[in-house]
Amino acid sequence: MERFGPAALAEHLGRHERKGLLRFLTCGSVDDGKSTLIGRLLYDTRLLFEDQLATLRKESARHGTAGEDIDFALLVDGLEAEREQGITIDVAYRFFATEKRKFIVADTPGHEQYTRNMVTGASNADLAVILIDARKGLLTQTRRHAYIASLLGIKNIVLAVNKIDLVGHSKAVFDRIRADFDGFAQALGFQGVQPIPLSARFGDNVTRRGGSLSWYDGPTLLEHLEAVEVGRHETERPLRFPVQWVNRPGPDFRGYCGTIASGGVTVGEELAVAASGRTSTVKSIVTFDGEKESAVAGEAVTITLADEIDVSRGDLLCSANQRPEVADQFSAHVVWMHEEPLVPGRSYLFKIGTKTVSGSATEIKYKVEVNAFQHLAAKKVDLNEIAVVNLSFREPIAFDPYAENPATGGFIVIDRLSNLTVGAGMIDFALRRAANIHWQPVDLDKHSRGAVLGQRPAAIWFTGLSGAGKSTVANIVEKRLFALGKHTYLLDGDNVRHGLNRDLGFTEVDRVENIRRVAETARLFVDAGLIVLCSFISPFRSERRLARDLLEPGEFVEVFVDTPLHVAERRDAKGLYKKAREGRIKNFTGIDSPYEAPERPEITLAGGMAAPEDLADQVVEYLRDQGYI
Amino acid sequence: MSASPDAAPRQLTHLQHLEAESIHVMREVAAEFRNPVMLYSIGKDSSVMLHLAKKAFYPSPPPFPLLHVDTTWKFREMIAFRDQAAKDARMDLIVHTNQEGVRRGVTPFTHGASVYTAVMKTDALKEALTTYGFDAAFGGARRDEEKSRAKERIFSFRTENHGWDPKNQRPELWNLYNARVRKGESIRAFPLSNWTELDIWQYILKENIPIVPLYFAAKRPVVERDGMLIMVDDDRLPLAPGETPQMRLVRFRTLGCYPLTAAMDSSAATLPEIVHEMLIARTSERSGRLIDQDEAGSMEKKKREGYF
Repeated sequence: MERFGPAALAEHLGRHERKGLLRFLTCGSVDDGKSTLIGRLLYDTRLLFEDQLATLRKESARHGTAGEDIDFALLVDGLEAEREQGITIDVAYRFFATEKRKFIVADTPGHEQYTRNMVTGASNADLAVILIDARKGLLTQTRRHAYIASLLGIKNIVLAVNKIDLVGHSKAVFDRIRADFDGFAQALGFQGVQPIPLSARFGDNVTRRGGSLSWYDGPTLLEHLEAVEVGRHETERPLRFPVQWVNRPGPDFRGYCGTIASGGVTVGEELAVAASGRTSTVKSIVTFDGEKESAVAGEAVTITLADEIDVSRGDLLCSANQRPEVADQFSAHVVWMHEEPLVPGRSYLFKIGTKTVSGSATEIKYKVEVNAFQHLAAKKVDLNEIAVVNLSFREPIAFDPYAENPATGGFIVIDRLSNLTVGAGMIDFALRRAANIHWQPVDLDKHSRGAVLGQRPAAIWFTGLSGAGKSTVANIVEKRLFALGKHTYLLDGDNVRHGLNRDLGFTEVDRVENIRRVAETARLFVDAGLIVLCSFISPFRSERRLARDLLEPGEFVEVFVDTPLHVAERRDAKGLYKKAREGRIKNFTGIDSPYEAPERPEITLAGGMAAPEDLADQVVEYLRDQGYI
Repeated sequence: MSASPDAAPRQLTHLQHLEAESIHVMREVAAEFRNPVMLYSIGKDSSVMLHLAKKAFYPSPPPFPLLHVDTTWKFREMIAFRDQAAKDARMDLIVHTNQEGVRRGVTPFTHGASVYTAVMKTDALKEALTTYGFDAAFGGARRDEEKSRAKERIFSFRTENHGWDPKNQRPELWNLYNARVRKGESIRAFPLSNWTELDIWQYILKENIPIVPLYFAAKRPVVERDGMLIMVDDDRLPLAPGETPQMRLVRFRTLGCYPLTAAMDSSAATLPEIVHEMLIARTSERSGRLIDQDEAGSMEKKKREGYF
């Protein structure tokens, strides 16, 4: 850039300030040259500084794969492991600007095991540049990435046929790849596909035309990125305003802070709280820079209402005459992002907008096999797999189908114990309206039933290894309670497996379902006012958590029968350990399947250290101290 | 932006986008965490971050304190500016210094830049976060600053020991940030992730945000060492035999500890002049940081250990 005078400078700054923003991602298979392409864009748009170039030259000599030349990939592969292995592991964000636009690029990994990172990059992109190695043509990863881009609602694609120099700048190769892609992408609903032959390494058709590609008369990559119209329809959709934070500096001001997800809002307009249906009108739109008459999608504002109605974080404000749906059961696409699979019945947290709710998948309809878009039956969804599932949330939420409004239809899935983000999803439609389900109104509840029985109903959940002594202790506790005139029922693995859960085996999926049914049964018995003794190995924390969540606080008493493995194995009353050691029983807890000890059980019993009668006494004592009996 | 109801649907400019995104991040942190804090380093990025915090929670003051890790080697002008900025924002200011480091006499001269940085910055920061039990800390880092920062999430998870594991970051989709941590663990939140250096200056200019005067050119006493201009901010800077401070017209492109931050020859004394100078600059802003000059992985290493 040359030196210019104050007037020219002011003009330049003004132009830069009014620029729009385009977010795009680069994807494609390993070694198609994604990082090289971004490095080339940064280099050719003069976004590199001298000291960065010096470092780059040094590193190219050390790790580079471009011979004497600068290896541009090293610019974006920022992690040590990436530079050492010469691959991209995580999304890198890069920035550049031209006279016309500012760009944010997400460079995403090509390896299948990092698909989740590609999804991350795609979630915020307006456009995807899919790279193809001209020598290899369409690969599985090309299809996979095109599918994911379409799943996340990206409408604009650049088909960058890279390394065109290595196929002699052949128009025939380019035309074939282009036809292949069109054939397979028809079902994906893209609105614009721009194929461009280019060489990232030599810069042909990246920012300037390539000499040997005179047969190509379309735009260069940069020309296309500068000019492409990405349909951002947020402003044309109905108003959606997820409330983030309630601003109450004093008694005279109550404002609802949030970012307008779609549509616009004007002072005086009637709004509704989606879940409760209550309405009010907009009194003011407050910002640090003064009050506004109106605001549109993308703006972060504070809204005050004319009436005092109940609004808090997690609520969705919407235009009163164009409301979202409210439901608690959905059909959704999910992308799984963790080594531990998605299993129906397991309890997770779902964050949608500013609302976080607990829930679970009730059914896996099918997995999507990306190569041929086939639907496959599945009992679980593994890392990097995409599936259509039915979801059930513990409370109704306001939403729009993702295809209609990504801001109110996309969610992340969080594991309750590790707190990791284990998946992401897109709501397709509600399975039934929450408004149609109501609990049968009852005059009697568990408290009144329990009071008549002279007890506080609860589920006492014994967990521990096979042979730990759970059932022995639970039996003695039940007898003691009976002797005290209390009303009880005992559920244990054996009696349930012979009836209610006769259809279930011992895979992880079936074990989760086993515990879910037991927990639901225990809940009904607690509702009947009983003290329910449940004796199950229940080795996974998440399943015990599921049982706990089904009950109200204080109704679930976790008893950890902490018997060391060698003691339990020595007892081996049913000869099961012997069989497991011989490999005749698979997935046996403690042998080839883990036991996750409770982190904060209400009671821990030192199994094997004391007589079962003494251990039972400890439980009865606890129930007395805590007022259950 | 003027609001006329019959105008075509408005498209936000990129600065308006960035501003709204940063405000959204700040509100999420305030809503989801028990005890957040804002790291305030007094530089231009911190000034922008603080300005955005005022906007995010207006008319309330930002609902968290500011934390400054004072190495005792900051420019004197920075300290004066810091105290005024906190007062103007109606926010509590926590100043934390690693007293153990002071007691052991750790300085950039006695222990070298990297030990000094580890003790007086990284350790001090970790000590402060642990002492006050903060479960979230805002930082003003930007992804365009450095390669490992380009990989970092906006909500970046830290272990109980404040460590960062770049290979196991939580996926971060849309604007849905996962704020869940166990006791002792924390999140570093980076509301300026998607801003570039030019965006920062442009925004300072547009919003008229106060910044430390050291960013503007003035005659200052400096010595030249290994091609770097070091300002003699007080009498603690050991002078080599024959070395005498000269008055030169200089300014700073980035601010840190004065013995580790190089000045540049410049006559840019106004914001437009600074932006102009930036537009024609041929070196990155971190080139003036003496602690980043070793190998390419040095920022990643520091960050794994808890550096911001």
